Amino acid sequence: MSESINTTTTAKESGKSLQDLIRSNGTFLALIALIVINMLITPNFLQLQTLYVNLTQVATIAIVALGMTMVIASGGIDLSVGAVMALSGALAPYIFLSDFGVANPTMGLVLAILIGLLAGLVCGMFNGFLINQFAIQPIVATLVLFIAARGLAQVLTNGNLQVFDNPAFEFLGTGRILGLPFQALAAVVLALALSWVVRRTSYGRYLLAVGGNPKAANLSGISVNRVRLLTYAICGVLAGFAGMVVSAINSASDANQTGQLMELDAIAAAVVGGASLMGGKAPIIGALIGACIIQLVKYTLLANGVHDAVALIAKAVIIILAVYVQLNRAE
Amino acid sequence: MEATPVLRMTSIDKSFGGIPALSNASLTIRPGEVHALIGQNGAGKSTMIKILNGAYKKDAGDIELDGNPVQFGSPHEAQLGGVSTIFQEVNLVHYRSVTENIVLGQEPKKFGLIDWPAAHRRAQEVLMRFGLDIDVHKPLHSYNIAIQQLIAIARAVSFDARLVIMDEPTSSLDEQEKQVLFKVIRDLSAENVAVLYVSHHLDELFAVCDRVTVMRNGQMIATHDIADVSKIGLVSEMIGRDANQIAKAGATGFGHNHAGGDKVVLELQSLSNGTSVQDASLIVHQGEIVGLAGLLGSGRTETVSMIFGADQPAGGTIRFKGKPGAFRQPAQAINAGIGYCTEDRKAEGIIPGLSIRENLTLALLPRLASRGIIPRATERELVDDFIAKLGIKTAGMEQPIRELSGGNQQKVLLARWLATEPELLILDEPTRGIDVGAKREIQALIEGLSQSGLSVLMISSEFEELIEGANRVVVLQEGKTVTTLEKDNLTEDSLLAAVAGHVDVAAE
Repeated sequence: MSESINTTTTAKESGKSLQDLIRSNGTFLALIALIVINMLITPNFLQLQTLYVNLTQVATIAIVALGMTMVIASGGIDLSVGAVMALSGALAPYIFLSDFGVANPTMGLVLAILIGLLAGLVCGMFNGFLINQFAIQPIVATLVLFIAARGLAQVLTNGNLQVFDNPAFEFLGTGRILGLPFQALAAVVLALALSWVVRRTSYGRYLLAVGGNPKAANLSGISVNRVRLLTYAICGVLAGFAGMVVSAINSASDANQTGQLMELDAIAAAVVGGASLMGGKAPIIGALIGACIIQLVKYTLLANGVHDAVALIAKAVIIILAVYVQLNRAE
Repeated sequence: MEATPVLRMTSIDKSFGGIPALSNASLTIRPGEVHALIGQNGAGKSTMIKILNGAYKKDAGDIELDGNPVQFGSPHEAQLGGVSTIFQEVNLVHYRSVTENIVLGQEPKKFGLIDWPAAHRRAQEVLMRFGLDIDVHKPLHSYNIAIQQLIAIARAVSFDARLVIMDEPTSSLDEQEKQVLFKVIRDLSAENVAVLYVSHHLDELFAVCDRVTVMRNGQMIATHDIADVSKIGLVSEMIGRDANQIAKAGATGFGHNHAGGDKVVLELQSLSNGTSVQDASLIVHQGEIVGLAGLLGSGRTETVSMIFGADQPAGGTIRFKGKPGAFRQPAQAINAGIGYCTEDRKAEGIIPGLSIRENLTLALLPRLASRGIIPRATERELVDDFIAKLGIKTAGMEQPIRELSGGNQQKVLLARWLATEPELLILDEPTRGIDVGAKREIQALIEGLSQSGLSVLMISSEFEELIEGANRVVVLQEGKTVTTLEKDNLTEDSLLAAVAGHVDVAAE
């Protein structure tokens, strides 16, 4: 009698621990599963070229998703990241192709990249300003630049594709370090840095506090507005950087296409990575893995000849799954 | 023979992650009785309620309603099945009309659409049962919290409830509103609707309950007829200690023998915020505990939030340590040496997702961190120190604060402020919703701190706490300081008269 009770308890417990394992490492396990599935069904999956292509493409999603994760952790959201990408991606070539840039190539390049990043910073701060000053909901406030930043980029480029030939700038998108794409390494380095910031700095702690309970954060002496401003600024800078990477990959800036639907990919990556839209959680490394999952799903469907539209549906399913897993976790 | 009980819960077991929350717990409620369920935080009251109303699944045991075995899958199912729960915070839809709130989930329909005239009539009927004649078309938030609470009860009863569960129903009510609630409870009882009444306030049990069941550590300790027990007897069962010991120590954790210094730490003169605070004046000397008393809406919380820089005064002066102290932000007040433990732990105190460690050092970070980087070892040491000093019961400093009991959460929040080594600590209802054991510990801690020179401004609605704890009590009425009671003439009667006295004053 007592023996049978014991067995059931053990069975229950081991069942529970497996469940816990899946819950707490669900994102990572999903990534492994995706890789295994691809090894089985996708032709030529296990080739360096495939890895290279995927790393090149995932990097921009990952970089933007990092910033998005921070913003979501603060209890907000940023819909303007795709448009900011287009703006920075158009602005940088505009600088190094200008008379000054052509006359002083080095200076022009440095200035181009700095101004690209600065544009992201200003956009991010503008978002933060709207949200702080007028208490506009983030989803509405960032809608302003979602429209305006792309519009500005289109004005800069007269709405045309701007082709350029600047090997130094193109390094951002095509360069390799130790055989790996530059931007993928950049994404990893940025992720490690931000992850450290979240865990080890006062700002990181404030970010989670502001997202988790803004009232309590304010009464604990935290300047909620300053934390928000900084967070949107970080997100803007990262989006600006990603926009320049896209232009560098294409050797052209395309104000109409750069960063299209990126806000959705980035939010999806953040959520799949374990961010809670309620705020208060900043799973930075999770966002990196989330971005890989989003990318790999896209690639799997593409490589197996599935239509683009279907791929979008698949993405939606993944988001639903991620949210479902989170709901279970919250319990 | 006794009538079939309305509820019989037998041998209920429930554990969370291997830790038992309830073991072999049984509860029987007779038809139409008002049955109190008491116990310290973490004793298992909430778990018991949540298993009953279907929010949690039991691991083992049986539940019978009117003699029939039941197993509700959700609170909504329970409601339809005759068991309604009214939670601590009113959880209705604030921006919808009273009618909508009452009929939500059981709207009268005509041709598939809601029959509004019938719905309004139904809402009015339901409310009239409680003598509440209000405009049901108005949105819920246009009524005060007491009326909202009554509406919540009316809604619960409108589901033909056999049993209504009330979890701390008086936590946001003033004395008069409580009396209305008690009358409603008696009416329910007269209509043979049973009430399961969960409260920390023992006085209320004696006012309204028929029987009382005491829980401790997930077990049922005893069930008594209320007429057969004393307050001290119940407390001793709740905390598992001898009644004589408690009687000797007084009702609170405060001693009686502390005196403040001469140095003025805080001085308010005719402070106003233009609305709820009109003319608040008080003085706090070093090492004093000054009580701030008043009814709900008397402007107590609004007054202290101006001292702390969370709100800006419209008139009057604040002087802190002799200097003008109108702080524009809480950060400035903290820097100057003020700490503020808020009334509502959940909404304004804890960061639920963060650990004890992260919550505890939150206000200290500007000083703890060097160049924005938090020194890990120092932080851990400090947190360890406070966990030990304040006797915080936890599985470890990395445990999320939301998993702690109310009393332990409050200790972490106190530690958050003590870590900043303040000269003035403002406490807003420091022991509200906290079990008896932790309450005494916190009171003793406050006393100890004041003896070591900390000045304390304490808002409390508990007269015992003010009378035994404070050197002086400042009484507010409608945002004005009406009187200050010194220790010598501080009694239950004098305090009650001062707090409630404005009716007499107006009449004269």
